[in-house]
Amino acid sequence: MLEARDISFAYGRAAPVLSGVSLGVGRGEIVGLSGPSGCGKSTLARLLAGYLTSRSGAVLVDGAAPAKGWSPVQYVHQAAYLSVDPRWRIGAILDEAGPVDEALRNQLGVSRRWFERYPHEISGGELQRVVLLRALGPRTRYLVADEVSAMLDPITQVEVWQALQARAGAGLGILAISHGDALLERVATRRLHLEAGRLLPVSGSATKAIGNAGSPQCGKWPLEPANLPA
Amino acid sequence: MSEAIDLPVASPGPARLGNRVWTLVAALLGLVLIAGIAIGAPMLGSLGIAPDFSARLAEPSLAHWFGTDPFGHDMLARTVHGLNVSLWVGLVAASISVVIATALAIFAATCGRWADAVVAFLVDTAMGLPHLVLLILISFALGGGTTAVIIAVAVTHWPRLTRILRAEILQLRQADFIIAARRMGRSWGHIGFRHILPHLWPQILVGLVLLFPHAILHEAALTFLGFGLEPSRPAIGVLLADSLRYLMAGKWWLGLFPGLCLLMLVLCFDAIGNGLRLLADPRQGQL
Amino acid sequence: MLAIEALTVGFRRYRGLLAQVDVRALGPLEIGLARGEVLALVGASGAGKSLLAHALFGVLPPNALVSGRMLFDGIALEAQTLPALRGRKMGLVPQSISHLDPLVRCGRQLGWAARRAGRPVDRSGLEAALGWFDLDASVLDAFPHALSGGMARRLMLAMAIIGGPDLVVADEPISGLDADNAALVLGYFRRLADEGRAVLLITHDLVQAIPVSDRVAILRDGHLEGIAPAAAFSGDGSALASPYARALWRAMPENGFGLEPVDA
Repeated sequence: MLEARDISFAYGRAAPVLSGVSLGVGRGEIVGLSGPSGCGKSTLARLLAGYLTSRSGAVLVDGAAPAKGWSPVQYVHQAAYLSVDPRWRIGAILDEAGPVDEALRNQLGVSRRWFERYPHEISGGELQRVVLLRALGPRTRYLVADEVSAMLDPITQVEVWQALQARAGAGLGILAISHGDALLERVATRRLHLEAGRLLPVSGSATKAIGNAGSPQCGKWPLEPANLPA
Repeated sequence: MSEAIDLPVASPGPARLGNRVWTLVAALLGLVLIAGIAIGAPMLGSLGIAPDFSARLAEPSLAHWFGTDPFGHDMLARTVHGLNVSLWVGLVAASISVVIATALAIFAATCGRWADAVVAFLVDTAMGLPHLVLLILISFALGGGTTAVIIAVAVTHWPRLTRILRAEILQLRQADFIIAARRMGRSWGHIGFRHILPHLWPQILVGLVLLFPHAILHEAALTFLGFGLEPSRPAIGVLLADSLRYLMAGKWWLGLFPGLCLLMLVLCFDAIGNGLRLLADPRQGQL
Repeated sequence: MLAIEALTVGFRRYRGLLAQVDVRALGPLEIGLARGEVLALVGASGAGKSLLAHALFGVLPPNALVSGRMLFDGIALEAQTLPALRGRKMGLVPQSISHLDPLVRCGRQLGWAARRAGRPVDRSGLEAALGWFDLDASVLDAFPHALSGGMARRLMLAMAIIGGPDLVVADEPISGLDADNAALVLGYFRRLADEGRAVLLITHDLVQAIPVSDRVAILRDGHLEGIAPAAAFSGDGSALASPYARALWRAMPENGFGLEPVDA
């Protein structure tokens, strides 16, 4: 179980982003986390993955505080190009995490032909799959996936999530953060909603309604393009 | 899914030679010239040092390309000797400066607040004092000579680079890919050498290239003022100081050629530094 | 207003130490965009969608090779003409939030964007521009790192649009936005087009983009698979001529979320 126990966090002296949030992700579970933009989803993700340290409360991995060495909790976020050394080739980037799992490489659609290239020479979606492959080493027990498929086209998104679901079937716990209600409804085994620093459970039928509404209603937005200079 | 769709490689055109050739040619040319000076000077032996009173103050000719001085020294030989001295003084002093700067920057950026404050104080102090006065004091205190000049130049030229490198390291430490490497169980040693250092190389190279002319010019200035190398050594600073006395008499070759050659030497280092930086850059390197 | 004719983009790369080869990455493309139109550009990542945007604005990497013609209201887009058009007549919303300067407060960056367009505005003008995208005035004094991904994206939208461009090219403007904000942004694009401007909308999110788009261009492996009317993307997608477009549509989580074979 990857647990956050009553954690709080604030950037500098600003108002706290999270206060007293508790959350658990079990092995083999895909927990879908949604919430409005800027509500602290990514902060929570960084806290869980050890990229940030909470002001109070604790993050526990299988009941213990994280030890040194390969972290059993790996974090992948939307901006893949920030997660890799821009001076390394793709092959070296993958090697840093140990031998490449060939089966997973094929599932994620990572081509060996990219290995000789630099990160800026492949597309954002391709790099995202490289970062996922790197994060899913044999010692990874939990994955915090923050908008991992937001950069992917629909077909690749399906492929990536099929690979992740297969991993979850083999015991990987995943916290899937996304704005896409329809996506979370497809992949998550359980759903949570973060709003104003609090976590709320989401019932299936309610999210179905949001997800299927789909099309944006254009008329009602408080926008006045007429204010623009002509 | 069997194999991913790749970035389309429609039809690779015919192979051609790129700008890299010119970068390499410029850098190699610079390297050859520098090597020529370093190897050529000892081979000259006493040429340019032993006086020859049969050919005093001769204008440039086929026998003496750069002319001769009031003692009949061949100025070409003297210039090569002088450049050799400048080369070593500049290289050693600039390298020591870069090592000091790198060490202090790493210390400041990785050993906590206290270390950072100490280094910041040192940098501010060193930059606050007038450069040349400090140089003269150190050189004078150490009794002059090559070692004194090298030490004086080395300990006065590190602060600017220290600041740049410290900021660079602090920024890198926050970078996601560094944290990711930590979460993959990599040690700070591995991260320092494999991730941080490659990002610092361009700054270090540029720092070295920029420090080099400074070091040479300060060596020349010290020598010119009489606090540096012994007047008997044919350093460029000595040659230039001597040439001043004869400039009014129309002996233009005494100052012109050593000055131009000093400029060439500085440009050679510039070409090498730039070439290395370009080749090391994954983006610019493809041009 | 925008005509792309026989456009190709390639890269010159080193093979070995000294030999260079030219590699084609995009094209040849023929795309036209009229005033009042939102054209969605969809396709797999790596298909060259961002390359097209960068080619239009002349911000490709230095080793890129471009051939063909891009005409904006009859003016060829090239090194001489672009500086007068970029940020004034044409606005780009970049894909990556790393395009914001991390050391400058957001308000100043927005002010610069307005000044570059030749339309400097005061603080109330900046606040109004943020208001278009539901951002409050506190964003003006924040540094980019303090913004969430979605807020940063909306700030970049405001920067692209504050100069009142006739053509807006938005590279994945809604990725990272929640459904409400995505709808807000897309609705804004629709209104821009309805005013007689043109929008090139690069996106993965077909389901959200379709209702505001007029036509959808499908890019695959660097070539144009076809341009379909947005109305064809509905139901199970059987109205779509291209099997690839159909597969994209059916893979959306809102639709089948499934894979189906696409002949190459």
